[in-house]
Amino acid sequence: MDKQKLITLTNAGVSRGGRSLVEGVDLSISRGEIVTLIGPNGSGKSTTAKMATGVLKPTSGTVTRMPGLKIGYVPQKLTIDWTLPLTVDRLMTLTGHFSHPQVEMALEAVGARRLLGAAVQELSGGEFQRVLFARAMIRQPDLLVLDEPVQGVDFSGEVALYELVRKIRDTTNAGILMISHDLHVVMAETDTVLCLNGHVCCRGTPAAVKNSPEYRALFGERAAQTLAIYEHHHDHEHEGHVHAH
Amino acid sequence: MLTDFFSRALVAGIGLALVAGPLGCFVVWRRMAYFGDTMAHSALLGVALSLILSINMTAGVFAVAALVAGALLILQRQATLSTDALLGILSHSSLAVGLVLVGFLTTVRVDLMGFLFGDILAVSMEDIIIIYAGGIAILAILFFAWRPLLASTVSAELAEAEGLHPEASRLVLMILMASVIAIAMKLVGVMLITSLLIIPAATARRLSATPEQMAVVAAILGVIAVVGGLFGSLTWDTASGPSIVVMALIVFVVSLAVPVKRLFGRKVHNGSYA
Repeated sequence: MDKQKLITLTNAGVSRGGRSLVEGVDLSISRGEIVTLIGPNGSGKSTTAKMATGVLKPTSGTVTRMPGLKIGYVPQKLTIDWTLPLTVDRLMTLTGHFSHPQVEMALEAVGARRLLGAAVQELSGGEFQRVLFARAMIRQPDLLVLDEPVQGVDFSGEVALYELVRKIRDTTNAGILMISHDLHVVMAETDTVLCLNGHVCCRGTPAAVKNSPEYRALFGERAAQTLAIYEHHHDHEHEGHVHAH
Repeated sequence: MLTDFFSRALVAGIGLALVAGPLGCFVVWRRMAYFGDTMAHSALLGVALSLILSINMTAGVFAVAALVAGALLILQRQATLSTDALLGILSHSSLAVGLVLVGFLTTVRVDLMGFLFGDILAVSMEDIIIIYAGGIAILAILFFAWRPLLASTVSAELAEAEGLHPEASRLVLMILMASVIAIAMKLVGVMLITSLLIIPAATARRLSATPEQMAVVAAILGVIAVVGGLFGSLTWDTASGPSIVVMALIVFVVSLAVPVKRLFGRKVHNGSYA
């Protein structure tokens, strides 16, 4: 094992009131590795992520985390009420103390330095997502957890955010756990995709999962056909396309 | 210096306002206004029980308010009735039970109006000591737990994922609210306590760019309401507790005239991001 395991789930599951939310999950994340959880609503994606981060204790199986593991979290949706005055600057130090140069550098890294003094309620969906990335990264986490990172962001914004995830992985060597119900979108750099539906249906590289019968059975042929995998280079995307009829 | 009743009222009211402002910000941010009202209404039950059991009234009020908060937490877990309906039940039934119990008390004459609407002009030196000791403790807890309390308010999910404990934060805020209610009841009464938490904080929003500014501004506005209200009540011989609330309302209305665009954090309509 050349890479340090940040988190290891072994046959882990959570049941509540006799009902299983998710069971039998085997999953590990190393530094520099990107793992994506996909599955329909109620498939246990969030539960699995919560087991990984330690918010939920598994009721079966085991979860081990590297001692002192630092987690950065980018929430799915963060609606901040108008009654709470919050500037980007202040949001950056929400869960920890950081100096002003640190805050500026973190925002600079996501291309959001100009938003420093803006009220969070004024940001667009894409801007807010960038700021939330910066907020999570300023902690210099070992593991970055992204919950539906591109929800509410337009297509070009999606591409840009995935570029950002790639950059974060390459520059910080953090492990990345992504959660997505958007089956059309999986990053090409994802090392492992776990397809969940109360249990792990299938797993593997994005390409392997796309072609697996379990994935097709769970999400249907159409979903499989429309599953787009973001590649770093788009210059070959029109090659070899054959139109039927 | 504090020999006359008016000075004592001023000192007591200012002490309360300094605590109610910052705590009230959390009440506004977390939409706990009705919740605060419910806890405040239960204070009368606390008064009645304290008299029946001959225990310290501040402690009795605190205990009952905390119990009502705990009862709500447990009922919420059952997920049957909406929180709104549960609050309605707890709020009015605890007030009603309190009123009925007070009626049963034959040995003590209870000044019901004093408990419902406060009697700030009757505060004693001992009351002032309780207000300041309790107030300093509450402010100290707010100060030292500020970051986790605020992070949990912004996003419980985020705070939890990054190793904080939003459930504990919620509990801390409930206990602090129960404490403020216990020390405020004598001054403004159970019916008006939440107004001192909410109105200054709501007014402060338009004048602040950060949560910390809002807490400080709310404290200052609370002091203005207390001082203005008490002098108003002295001048026009009006009831002191309600006068303080009216003064807080006047400050709020005046603040609406301040053009927000000149200030930080413009309002975004419909709560959506522009």
